[in-house]
Amino acid sequence: MNIYAVQTIYRAEMKRFFRTIMQSLISPVISTSLYFIVFGAAIGSRIDQVEGISYGAFIVPGLIMLSVMTQATANASFGIYFPKFTGTIYELLSAPVNFFEIVLGYVGAAATKAMFIGVIILITAFFFVDLHIAHPMAMIAFLVMTCLSFALLGFIIGIWAGNFEQLQLIPLLVITPLVFLGGSFYSISMLPGIWQTIAMFNPVVYLISGFRWAFFGTADVSIGISLAAIALFTSGCLAVIGWIFRTGWRIRQ
Amino acid sequence: MSSIISIQNLRKAYPGGFTALKGVNLEIEQGEILALLGPNGAGKTTLISTVCGITVPTAGTVTVGGFDTMTDYRATRDLIGLVPQEINLEPFETVFNSVSFSRGLFGKPRNDAYINRILEQLSLGDKKDSKIMALSGGMKRRVLIAKALSHEPRVLFLDEPTAGVDVELRKDMWDIVAGLKADGVTIILTTHYIEEAEAIADRVGVINGGEILLVQDKSDLMAQMGQKQLQIAIKDPVAEIPDALSAYALERSEDGISLTYTYDTTGERTGITTLLNDLAAAGLVMTDLQTKQSSLEDIFVGLVKETT
Ligand SMILES: Nc1ncnc2c1ncn2[C@@H]1O[C@H](COP(=O)(O)OP(=O)(O)O)[C@@H](O)[C@H]1O
Ligand SMILES: [Mg+2]
Repeated sequence: MNIYAVQTIYRAEMKRFFRTIMQSLISPVISTSLYFIVFGAAIGSRIDQVEGISYGAFIVPGLIMLSVMTQATANASFGIYFPKFTGTIYELLSAPVNFFEIVLGYVGAAATKAMFIGVIILITAFFFVDLHIAHPMAMIAFLVMTCLSFALLGFIIGIWAGNFEQLQLIPLLVITPLVFLGGSFYSISMLPGIWQTIAMFNPVVYLISGFRWAFFGTADVSIGISLAAIALFTSGCLAVIGWIFRTGWRIRQ
Repeated sequence: MSSIISIQNLRKAYPGGFTALKGVNLEIEQGEILALLGPNGAGKTTLISTVCGITVPTAGTVTVGGFDTMTDYRATRDLIGLVPQEINLEPFETVFNSVSFSRGLFGKPRNDAYINRILEQLSLGDKKDSKIMALSGGMKRRVLIAKALSHEPRVLFLDEPTAGVDVELRKDMWDIVAGLKADGVTIILTTHYIEEAEAIADRVGVINGGEILLVQDKSDLMAQMGQKQLQIAIKDPVAEIPDALSAYALERSEDGISLTYTYDTTGERTGITTLLNDLAAAGLVMTDLQTKQSSLEDIFVGLVKETT
């Protein structure tokens, strides 16, 4: 194992993040505050409670998930796409590193950055609403797994993307809608019948539901199913990455 | 001398089906400077990329330091530094960080003193904290070299290091290469400048159409280049060369009005004076004389023409 290489990639990626620390952290803080003001205060005053939880608190897990998923994906996809764009990928390909080490460096850094942002949002939320986290360990575990799995997805997108438009495409067209429709701001049980069934095909529903369970002890679907869903999603991404590295798809001809 | 790189029957067909290398065999000796000479599209970059692990061979084997590049890739890549043809650098990174990154990637512990020393040697010392995008093209090439040297490789590939650089930098580059050779680094450089091969290489390989056409010691090539031809136009065509002139190995043109004499300019005697006397004695009337020198370029162009 080329541990120096993993560290080197990880540090270089983290440095990029800290170089723009203000942008990296201020924007989630501002957008979270806006969500609380708009959804929590304006809409929340009419909804008052969802499943016995104040609406402001109810949306916290979904808000964190929304940011964490998009950030993990964006960071990882950019991280591996950028060397392709600048041409410095030649160095990764000619260095004594294997694919696992490359993934570990890029995905690890992207997941760490997303974690940071998730934690910042959580801290911001404490300023707006009363929060009591029912299962803190499960909450952290879910957060970590979500960061990792979406960073893996981002890595795949970065390898696939041939230009910056494509890099933005999947997050914009797939992830954001899935997250918004995945019960970030409402409980699936609030949807009319047919839409509840349709929602069950949205993988993000299981992640948000599981994450919400960690906060409040209640969920749309059982925690076991949520865990199975994230495990399935992670192994799917890992399988695709394994295939990419075996075949050298889009990187090594 | 033993080979540090051994390339056997190397073939490379790109996914589109184009065969860029058609069974290359090449032994590169420890500590030498080998210049690979070939026109655009000859397969130089493909050959280098395959040895370095950037592309996967379709068939054949490559060993570096006795290790197979496919099965023992960590060992082989450890030994190799690569300066790519294109200036591929991260624009927002500083020179020092970029070079230090390369070292880490190659599995070496951080060593700022060593990186600083390389940067000094490459006249990048005062630029080490500059962002790469602020550097001139020549400076960027130096950064690429520094990155390639950051992990103390034993073999250095330079893919057209002097393409499009000014004369001064080219001269610097040659000095750098000479310095590395003195440290025992084996250097393979590609170029399409013949004078570059002449100036710094120990051996010259000519590649075209995915095949190595020739690999020769530069001194042998230079000896060939030392040959000159004297063309003698004669008034009355001769059907055959008179016996009295057989010692000169003259070549007769088809129409019989021109004879060609090949001689060595580096030899003690060229034999021209006696030839001219003997020609006159044989009763041939000369109307014109012309000399022609074969250069490495002629040899090169001749070889490349044969294969296309
Ligand atoms: N990625 C690629 N896919 C398909 N063909 C390629 C690729 N890279 C190079 N080639 C082709 O292979 C041949 C050799 O290219 P290259 O090795 O770059 O030559 P050189 O470096 O000698 O100019 C060229 O005809 C080129 O078009
Ligand atoms: Mg080339």
